[in-house]
Amino acid sequence: MSLLVPDSGLLFWMLLSFGVVFAVLAKYGFPVIIKMVNERKAYIDNSLKVASEANEQLDNLKQEGELIIAKAHEEQLRILNEAAATRERIIREAKEKAQSETTKMLEEVKLQIQAEKNDAIREIRRQVATLSVDIAEKVLRKNLDNDIEQTAMIDRLLDEITASKN
Amino acid sequence: MHVTTFSGRMNAENEEGAKKSENVDARAIVLGHLQDSYHWHITSLGESELSISLPVILYSGESGWHIFSSSNLFPEGKAYQGFTIATQGEYEGKIVEVDKAGNITRPFDISITKTVLGLLINSSVLLIIVLSTAFWYRKKTASSKAPKGFVGFMELFIVWVEDDVIKACIGKGYEKYSPYLLIAFFFIFVNNLMGLIPIFPAGSNVTGNIAVTLVLAVCTFLAVNIWGSKDYWKEILWPEVPVWLKCPVPFMPLIEIFGIFTKPFALMIRLFANILAGHSVILALTSIIFVTVSMGPMVNGAMTFVSFIFTLFMNLVELLVAFIQAYVFTMLSAVFIGLSRIEGKEEHAK
Repeated sequence: MSLLVPDSGLLFWMLLSFGVVFAVLAKYGFPVIIKMVNERKAYIDNSLKVASEANEQLDNLKQEGELIIAKAHEEQLRILNEAAATRERIIREAKEKAQSETTKMLEEVKLQIQAEKNDAIREIRRQVATLSVDIAEKVLRKNLDNDIEQTAMIDRLLDEITASKN
Repeated sequence: MHVTTFSGRMNAENEEGAKKSENVDARAIVLGHLQDSYHWHITSLGESELSISLPVILYSGESGWHIFSSSNLFPEGKAYQGFTIATQGEYEGKIVEVDKAGNITRPFDISITKTVLGLLINSSVLLIIVLSTAFWYRKKTASSKAPKGFVGFMELFIVWVEDDVIKACIGKGYEKYSPYLLIAFFFIFVNNLMGLIPIFPAGSNVTGNIAVTLVLAVCTFLAVNIWGSKDYWKEILWPEVPVWLKCPVPFMPLIEIFGIFTKPFALMIRLFANILAGHSVILALTSIIFVTVSMGPMVNGAMTFVSFIFTLFMNLVELLVAFIQAYVFTMLSAVFIGLSRIEGKEEHAK
């Protein structure tokens, strides 16, 4: 049957056209497409890898940031505490200083007062002595107008002196 | 497939038949349609035939090269420059040279026949499809967006064949064979699909010709045997079987050597027979309409409906077959190539 016998003309054209199709597509057709698809595949794989790396780095950065913030908090607390302590100390010192200053001043004032009091007392004594001498003079001048009384007086005084000597 | 062409011719023949014997020779129509022809009949418009004349290219040992239009040879039996289309005998339907003594010889005939023109058109379609897809990738880099639409579909298709058929069947080192197998797949697929479209530029029965499948099978044969590994040849010439099977009478090597040829032969016959059978069945089913004309309008009407349903069904099946045959040819070629690449380690692993 002629259907089962390859026709030479068709064989010739088939060889020619399949040869041309093969030559063209094996050079400019399929390899181009396959190459591109493979390149894209590699690119996507690479992109995924890079993205996951970036994610990891981001995570690391986040953790670092949190660490830094925690540290900052600690520092803040410490500084606040320190400031409070310093304030306390300064106030205390100031109080102490003020107290000591006050005490010193009071002492000085007391000393001054004492000194002035002593001066005053001395003055009074001096004046009292002067006055009493004056009074005594006046009294004596009046009483010693007569001899008897002078003699009596001398006697009494002598008595007194002897009495006091005894 | 050829429904339009076919019914055109059928109408013409039917009118003639109604006048004469009201008898339609369905077998002749089916066979005539499956066979090659020197002109491409499209349809009949009333009395005139609408067909495309094709160039005839001949080389005769006596008179050298001849190139002329096939319209010079029609109607059949007309002689031109000493050539005529034989109507009977060994060369029925082919151009023969009749010398003065009346001896009939067949010249070397590379005419552009219907099948050849179909082959050339289908090859161009394949080239356009694949090159336009490849063209899209020009000036594109790996970071460009993936293609959409037709290019995206082709990319998906090509990558599927590459990954799931070629790579899966050949394994390591498949890259060397992948262009051939991809081309074989798409060549067969495009030709099968074009064969299903009934009107002119498509519709010729290309992959249903044994010459076409022969070339494809020979390509696979060469791909398998030229790059066959040492272990592949050892398996054939000195297989691991009891010694008496290969010495002194080499039964097994003979069977294995026979097998080298039967594998591609099976590929050739499978593709050819499947496509030919599909075309025949659809043509035969369509013929029912014209065969039953003489049985009256009722029967003819009913049978037309049946024929239409069956033809529709067969066309859908053929659509599936068009794909499956391309797939099977490529897959089996890949499997044979994979077997020719076996190496010692894999063999022991099995």
